[in-house]
Amino acid sequence: MIAGSFSLTHFEFLLFGAGWTLALTLIAFVGGGLVGFGVALGRISSFAPLRWLIAGYVLLIQGTPLLVLIFLMYFGVAMAGFEFSPLAAAGLALTIYVSAYIGEIWRGCIESVPRTQWEAAECIPLTRYQRMKLVILPQAVKIATPPTVGFMVQIVKNSSLASVVGFVELTRAGQLVNNSIFDPLPVFLSVAAIYFVLCYPLSWWSRKFEAKLGVHVRVQTE
Amino acid sequence: MGYQFEFADVLAQWPLFLSGAWLTIQLSALAIVFGLVIGIFTAIGRRSNRVWLSRLCGIYVESVRNTPLLVQIFVVYFGFAGAGWKVPVFVAALSALIINLGAYTCEIVRAGMDAVHRGQIEAAECLALTKAQIYWHVVLVPALEKVYPALASQFVLLMLASSITSQIGAEELTAVAARVQSETYRSFEAYLVVAVLYILLSYVSRMAFWAVGLLAFKRRRKLGTLL
Amino acid sequence: MSAIVKVTDVHKSFGKLEVLNGVSFEVARGQVVAIIGRSGSGKSTMLRGINRLEKIDSGSIQVCGHEVNAPDLDLNQLRRDVGIVFQSFNLFPHLTVRENVALGPRVARKLGRSDTARIVEAVLAKVNLLEKIDAYPEQLSGGQQQRVAIARSLAMEPQVMLFDEVTSALDPYLTGEVLAVMEQLALGGMTMILVTHEMEFARKVANTVIFMNEGRVWEQGSGEILDRPQTLELQQFTGKTDLQRA
Repeated sequence: MIAGSFSLTHFEFLLFGAGWTLALTLIAFVGGGLVGFGVALGRISSFAPLRWLIAGYVLLIQGTPLLVLIFLMYFGVAMAGFEFSPLAAAGLALTIYVSAYIGEIWRGCIESVPRTQWEAAECIPLTRYQRMKLVILPQAVKIATPPTVGFMVQIVKNSSLASVVGFVELTRAGQLVNNSIFDPLPVFLSVAAIYFVLCYPLSWWSRKFEAKLGVHVRVQTE
Repeated sequence: MGYQFEFADVLAQWPLFLSGAWLTIQLSALAIVFGLVIGIFTAIGRRSNRVWLSRLCGIYVESVRNTPLLVQIFVVYFGFAGAGWKVPVFVAALSALIINLGAYTCEIVRAGMDAVHRGQIEAAECLALTKAQIYWHVVLVPALEKVYPALASQFVLLMLASSITSQIGAEELTAVAARVQSETYRSFEAYLVVAVLYILLSYVSRMAFWAVGLLAFKRRRKLGTLL
Repeated sequence: MSAIVKVTDVHKSFGKLEVLNGVSFEVARGQVVAIIGRSGSGKSTMLRGINRLEKIDSGSIQVCGHEVNAPDLDLNQLRRDVGIVFQSFNLFPHLTVRENVALGPRVARKLGRSDTARIVEAVLAKVNLLEKIDAYPEQLSGGQQQRVAIARSLAMEPQVMLFDEVTSALDPYLTGEVLAVMEQLALGGMTMILVTHEMEFARKVANTVIFMNEGRVWEQGSGEILDRPQTLELQQFTGKTDLQRA
């Protein structure tokens, strides 16, 4: 290939990659959300060994860089003898990563439901299951909306690491374009701009939610 | 490869792992120091009455917070090359980390400063303190004490995120895993060892930040409560 | 007796609302002036105008030789000459009592260590809180915090002290200790202007009581005016409506 300049076709290829970024984000959010829900509930369980197990899981995942997690999935599954596509490896790693972080966020939100609500529900009386389903969780969901939307921004950004195992999302698309035209700055600045367009509305939305609710679960992630 | 875990070859490379961990620590420590300073200045700029300054800082912060670190690293790396500056990989990696951390710490510090009651600033004005003196003694120092836990969490996240600099060739811990893998053909074991080392590093650094917090903030040490 | 504070025909509006409607009064050195009145009568705004926490629209305020309304006012010097104590104390929570009080002398007046320490200990002794010198504000009661706030202002060695409803936020049994400190200050010759609801204190300690109403000085005199209010409004305010108008 000869070095050319950054053209519309190249930009369209970037958009194609962006589509896969969104797909990967969705997979990670749905999968990670399902497991994360279990993590949140497990963390507040009355069964102590379960609590410790889940706490240990969260500590391990939160202490490992996502990049290393992706490599572990990629090589680990190959070792087990399965044919694993880059998408599957990245998807699995992201799902695990999301489950640990979103699980903690949601646990925080469940615990921010005022103590008085728990006590009132207990006194009606409702079983633990009914309490959670009818009283606590609906309120926790409201508190959880801003940080969850904010965390989706993290997932979109973290999906960029799937490029490292060869999955063609937006960042990898940028690398491929750069490999053919050798003009990295316009390419990667365009890649950054597309990420910005994907992320900024979510960030803004999350802040608006937070302002409207006035409630605030402080979460800091990269 | 089968299910046989073979750690012996991998563990024999322990000097390599150590040097990688050391580079991770160096990158993180320097990024934290400079990133925090930039974050503080950006937070002050963001709260400034001069609209152009506030907007400029806002653009910086939002651009960094809404783009992935990997892409920022590429932009910085190729940016240096494009400007004709031959910088070592370490410098390019560090610069990207500093720029990234600066934006996140800005938001954290800004929240802390916004939380200072107007009444205290009035009281300080009535003690004939200058604007700069008020900013330091009454706004910035208590803000830092208040948001220190959030800052410490952000620093640990940065240490983990430094793994991404392996993609431009920085020879930190994640890059070492790749090297060990290419020499021993034990990919999973290599990355597992590295994962364990990161977990240890994050635990140790959390303890270190907690200790530093107690050292720096006398009030926390004496009263044991958060500001 | 020259006036150390001279307020002449001061006007201030917040938007359409006229809060100060031509206020005039004088305070001589060493005098204690108590300003009383209903909420909304403009008394706090007037007080805060004296050290330029509020900017007045027209009129003149002369304090310790400064013209407060002048554009070339040396604000820092004004704030050194005029101290203020707030209703909500406004102590710095991350500093000990010692550090709170030392901030003014050390940073604003740039005094050395020994000078600062001397002043800090002297003013804390004056408010009877020397034993709490290393405590943090959250460890103190409301009355103690307010006395620290008074000490903090005194450490700047002002010529005039302003008190903005300083006992209103305290539980009743704590006001006594603060009022006692203020009385000591008055006896020591400090020029004081206080906005207060404490009528007994005003009658006992103040040389002049000013009743403000509708943004103006409505009645002015010694503590006697509280016993024998001349105007209807002051009669209503003090609840002495059964007196005949003289």
